Amino acid sequence: MEKNPKIEISVTILRVLIGWHFLYEGIVKMYNPDWTAFGYLASAQGPFKSIFTAMANESIIGWVDTLNMVALIVVGVTLLLGIFEKVGALVGIGLLGMYYLSHPPFPGLTQLNVEGNYWLVNKNLIEIAALVLLFYFPTGHKFGIKNVRKQNLVSNEMD
Amino acid sequence: MKWTRRDLLKGLGGLPILGAVWWAGASTTVGKRRARSAILEQLNIQPSLPPAVPGISGDPVRVGIIGFGIRGEQLCRSLGFATKEWTEDMKLEVQENPNNKGLEDFMNQEKLNVHLAGVCDIFDYRAEKALRSFGTDDNKIKRYSTYQEMINSGEIDAVVIATPDHWHAPMAIYALNNGVHVYVEKPMTHTVAETYELRKAAQNSEAVFIVGHQHRQTLSFGTARDIINKGTLGHVSLIQTNTNRNDDNGAWNYEIMEEASPTTIDWQQFLGSAPQIPFNKNHFFRWRKWWAYGSGLSGDLLTHDYDRLNCVLNMGIPESVMASGGVYAHNDGRNVPDVMQVNMEFPNFSTGSSQVKGKEKGMTFCYSATLGNGFNRPTILMGHDGTMELGNRLTIWPDGGSTRYATMLEEGKMSPGVPIYQYNPGANSPDAVSSATSQYFADKGLMWTYIDGKRVDSTFLHMREWLSAIKNGGKVSCGIKEGFEEAIAAHMAGLSWKLGKRIEWDTQTETIKPIEGINFDEVLLSNEMVRTDFIRVS
Repeated sequence: MEKNPKIEISVTILRVLIGWHFLYEGIVKMYNPDWTAFGYLASAQGPFKSIFTAMANESIIGWVDTLNMVALIVVGVTLLLGIFEKVGALVGIGLLGMYYLSHPPFPGLTQLNVEGNYWLVNKNLIEIAALVLLFYFPTGHKFGIKNVRKQNLVSNEMD
Repeated sequence: MKWTRRDLLKGLGGLPILGAVWWAGASTTVGKRRARSAILEQLNIQPSLPPAVPGISGDPVRVGIIGFGIRGEQLCRSLGFATKEWTEDMKLEVQENPNNKGLEDFMNQEKLNVHLAGVCDIFDYRAEKALRSFGTDDNKIKRYSTYQEMINSGEIDAVVIATPDHWHAPMAIYALNNGVHVYVEKPMTHTVAETYELRKAAQNSEAVFIVGHQHRQTLSFGTARDIINKGTLGHVSLIQTNTNRNDDNGAWNYEIMEEASPTTIDWQQFLGSAPQIPFNKNHFFRWRKWWAYGSGLSGDLLTHDYDRLNCVLNMGIPESVMASGGVYAHNDGRNVPDVMQVNMEFPNFSTGSSQVKGKEKGMTFCYSATLGNGFNRPTILMGHDGTMELGNRLTIWPDGGSTRYATMLEEGKMSPGVPIYQYNPGANSPDAVSSATSQYFADKGLMWTYIDGKRVDSTFLHMREWLSAIKNGGKVSCGIKEGFEEAIAAHMAGLSWKLGKRIEWDTQTETIKPIEGINFDEVLLSNEMVRTDFIRVS
C-alpha cells in the first residue's frame, strides 16, 4: 500500500489517542483496589448475558478484574510506545468486543449507564473499527520504539 | 550507528505521554481515595456483624402454628416448612422470571431443629392444607380444634400466633400461663388493657416470649444504631416515615376463597370477643379492615415503622400522639382509615448534640400513610449535622448548616448533596421481588437482610433467635419491653384518630393519661367513629 505521510500522521495520532484512553482506564483501576467489574458484568444484557453473568461469579471475579486491568494497560502501553502494536490492537479489539456484547445497543434492551443514544452502533464498536485500522496500518516504525529498532537494524547492516 | 535527535523523538516520543497519563490516572485515583478515607476515618462507622446465636441442639422444639393464613404460611416457611402448593407456584414463577429467588432462598435456608407438631386453624381448608403439606413420617403433625386444646396437649413446646389481632393477647397469655413459648405477630395486642395483662403474663412466665418484628434482625439497622450513637447525624429533631401502597393486597383486600362456608369455618371461634354478627366471608378473609378484629394502619403498618426506629434509637413510648386521616382511597365498607398521619412527640429525647448544651432537645416522629398511592417515600432521619435514609441500604448526607462538619464543608471536602457514607450489604445481590407489597416491605428492610452478600430471610433469623433462647436461654431482640412500647404507641395513635384528640402518656405511672368520660378500650374496639367533630365512618 502506498504510504501517504498525511495518512500516516493521522493514523499515528489515532493510535496515540486510543492508547491514551486504554492506559488511563487501566491505571485508574490499578490504583483503586475497590474497583470491580462485578456490577458491569452482573447487569449484562442481550444474547450473551449468561456468559457475562457467569464471569461475575465470586470464584473468578478476582481473575476477571485483574485480567481486564492488565489487558487495558497492555493495549495502552503498546499503542502509546508503538511496540507490538498489532498485538495491542488485537487485545483491544477483544476487550471492546466483550464490552460491546455484554451491553449491546440492540433495540428492545435497556441501556444502562450510557450517555447518548445508540442503535446497534455505539462508541465501543467505532473504537473496534479504529483498532482494526491500526492493526492493518502499523505506524510504530514512524513514531514509536520500532523506529529505534529499525534504526538499530539499519545500523547493524551497515557494520 | 548514529541517531539524530529527530530519530530519538520519533522513537521514544510515546514515553513522556505514557508517563503523563500514568501519573494523571494514579494521582487522581489515589487523591480521591484519600479524601474518601479521611471522611470515613472521621465518621468511624462500624458495619454490624451477622447475629451469632448458640445452636438449637437436643430434641427438636415442638412448634404449633395457630392461624395458618397468609402470614401463618410465611412463618412456617421461615421455620423450614413450605406447602406443596407454594413450591409448585414458585417453580412456575421461576420459569417466568428466573430472577425470582424465593424458592432458591428457601431451599438454601439453614434447617432449624424444629418439629412442626400441630396446627390450629378454624378454617378446615387451611388446617387440612397444613396437615397435607407437613405431615410426613419424619414430621407427625396433628390438628387441634382450639388453641387451648393445643396448649394443654403437652405435645407442644412453643406456639406461633398468626391470627387476627383480637386473638393475639388472649392466646399469648394463655400459652405463657401454661409455660408454652410464644412467637406472636404484631401488633402485640388489640386493646390497652390486654397490653398490661400480657406484660404481666410474660414477666411471670418462664416461657420465652417474642413479638414478630423480624426487621430487628436486619443488619443495616445495627449499623444505623452505631451511626446514631457516634453522633454522625447530630441531634435528630424529625423523623419522617411512610407507608405507600396502591394495590389490592396492600389495601388488605385479600382473596375470598370459594371453600369458605359456615360448615368449613368455625365462625363463633373467629369472632371470639368481637361483636356477634352473622357469618361474613368478607370479614373473615379481610379482617384487617375492621377495628373489631384488626388495628388499621396504626396497628398494622405504623407498628413496623415505629419499631424499626425504636430498634435504632430506643426512644420508647411517645409522650403524646396526634393523628388524623380517613377512609379516602377504598370506600368499600371498611372502618379503619386508609390514609393516616400520626405525629408522635418525644420532647425529652435526644440523639446527642454538636452544639451548645441545652440548645437541642426533643424530636417528632412523623408517620404518613396512604393506601391510595405507591410512590416510594423513604424513611428519613433529619439531624442538625446530617440526614440518613434508613432501609436495607443506608445513605448519609452532611447538612449544609452542620456544626460538626463545618470545616470540611468549608474546605470543600464535603458537600450537602453528596453522600458521605453508604451502606449496602446487598450490593452484590440484585433483587427481584414479585409484587408491589413485597417491594414495599423489601425497601424498608422488613423482608430480608444480607449476610456475606447472601440474602437471608429476616423472619428466619428472628425465629432462630427465639428457638435458640428457648433451648439456651438469653435475650430476644423483640421481647415484652419492646412489644409493650410498640403496642402502647399503636393504641395511642388509634385512639387519637378515633377521638380526634391528643393522647398523652404519663411516663411516671406508665399509663395513658385518662380523658374524662372516655373508656379507651371501648373506643379502640368500636366500629363507629367516636368523634363528633369530624366525618362519620361506620
